[in-house]
Amino acid sequence: MSAYPVTLIVNNTEYRLRIPANALLSDVLREELRFTGVRIGCDTSQCGCCTIHVDGEAIKSCTMLALQASGREIKTIEGLAPTNGPLHPVQQAMIDCHGLQCGFCTPGVVMNLVDFLERNPKADEAAIRRALNGNLCRCTGYQHIVDAALSVSF
Amino acid sequence: MYNFSFVSPESLAEAESVLAAESESQLFAGGMTLLPSMKVRLAAPDTLIDLSKLSDLRGIYKTNDHLEIGAMTRHFDVETNLMVKQTIPALSNLASNIADRQVRYRGTIGGALSNADPAADYPAAALALEAKFITNHREITVEDFFVDMFTTSLGREEILCSIKFKIPISAAYVKIPHSASGYAMAGAFVAKFDDGYQVGITGAASMYFRHHAMESALNAGADAEACYSIAATRSDYMSDTYAPAIYRENLVRVAASDAVRNLSEARQPKKRHKT
Repeated sequence: MSAYPVTLIVNNTEYRLRIPANALLSDVLREELRFTGVRIGCDTSQCGCCTIHVDGEAIKSCTMLALQASGREIKTIEGLAPTNGPLHPVQQAMIDCHGLQCGFCTPGVVMNLVDFLERNPKADEAAIRRALNGNLCRCTGYQHIVDAALSVSF
Repeated sequence: MYNFSFVSPESLAEAESVLAAESESQLFAGGMTLLPSMKVRLAAPDTLIDLSKLSDLRGIYKTNDHLEIGAMTRHFDVETNLMVKQTIPALSNLASNIADRQVRYRGTIGGALSNADPAADYPAAALALEAKFITNHREITVEDFFVDMFTTSLGREEILCSIKFKIPISAAYVKIPHSASGYAMAGAFVAKFDDGYQVGITGAASMYFRHHAMESALNAGADAEACYSIAATRSDYMSDTYAPAIYRENLVRVAASDAVRNLSEARQPKKRHKT
């Protein structure tokens, strides 16, 4: 039950760590590497706040061991747009359409939508609502998030 | 979460030897059920044997009249794979409605079937499509594979490698999900073969079952409306405040008759009646 060496590539930067097997990817990203845009809402894979990209796929980082992400390309909300550059279109659309209130779920929603809309650029409202199944938002009632997603064109 | 050891074998032989050497070890596929279970100590293995490096356990192949899917193939791959869409589109549709899209990127068909959750989706298809379970030791029929809820006939040192589904002429799956969990309160997979219909039911009872009464009716020419009136008489319908047994029994008829309707309108958009 010792520590295991792991290389995490987060937002194009390589981090070499030694971590125990039970370290969740979400915890390592937040607590060790301080990517606090990774939110932990439920820790039971319900809420989707911890959604990040691993090899370009939106996954829930609270239900993945950090060891499983070794050597894979991780992207968090911090890496979505260049520092001091323009926001990612999905981020901008969330602002323009008032797709957030408290903002706690927003990084997970955005990371999921970015992956979904890249693969399904012509998605209609029903498909977008289905794609948001795994993200809970207690503020917006989803309508403005859906509006934001519909307004984005890649 | 409590701590444990983690090994990532590079070959099936290596996985077998770890499994044999570590008595409290547990095979680790997508982890979508296992990790949440470990967090609340419903499962507490000492060692996780990660199967993700065993690329032989991934992939989708067509062999004569069967579709063979590697145990480590993810729901996302079953959902999007062209061969699945062409040969058994109902299976692709089933996979596309498991959990949410983030989970479908990680969860695997072999993990889901080995877990044998009584409300899981794949078992309904496995029953209707006469699935064969290929392990490192043998081939198991679907009737022998599922023993009880959360219990299969997989041995302690047995590794599920792939699942073979018989390709039907046509098939349809309808699930009525629990509105919070998304798991099936009732799910019906109806498959039509040259020699008749097969209907697999999940979610409603303590164990999956073939709906033989409805199969006989379908073979005799019953339509969807007629199917709705055919009950599956069982003593083990699950019952809770959200969905009592009598309600689930009805949902089985709703799901199965809807599936029959979708089957006969295979190229039409799905319809739901009598919810």
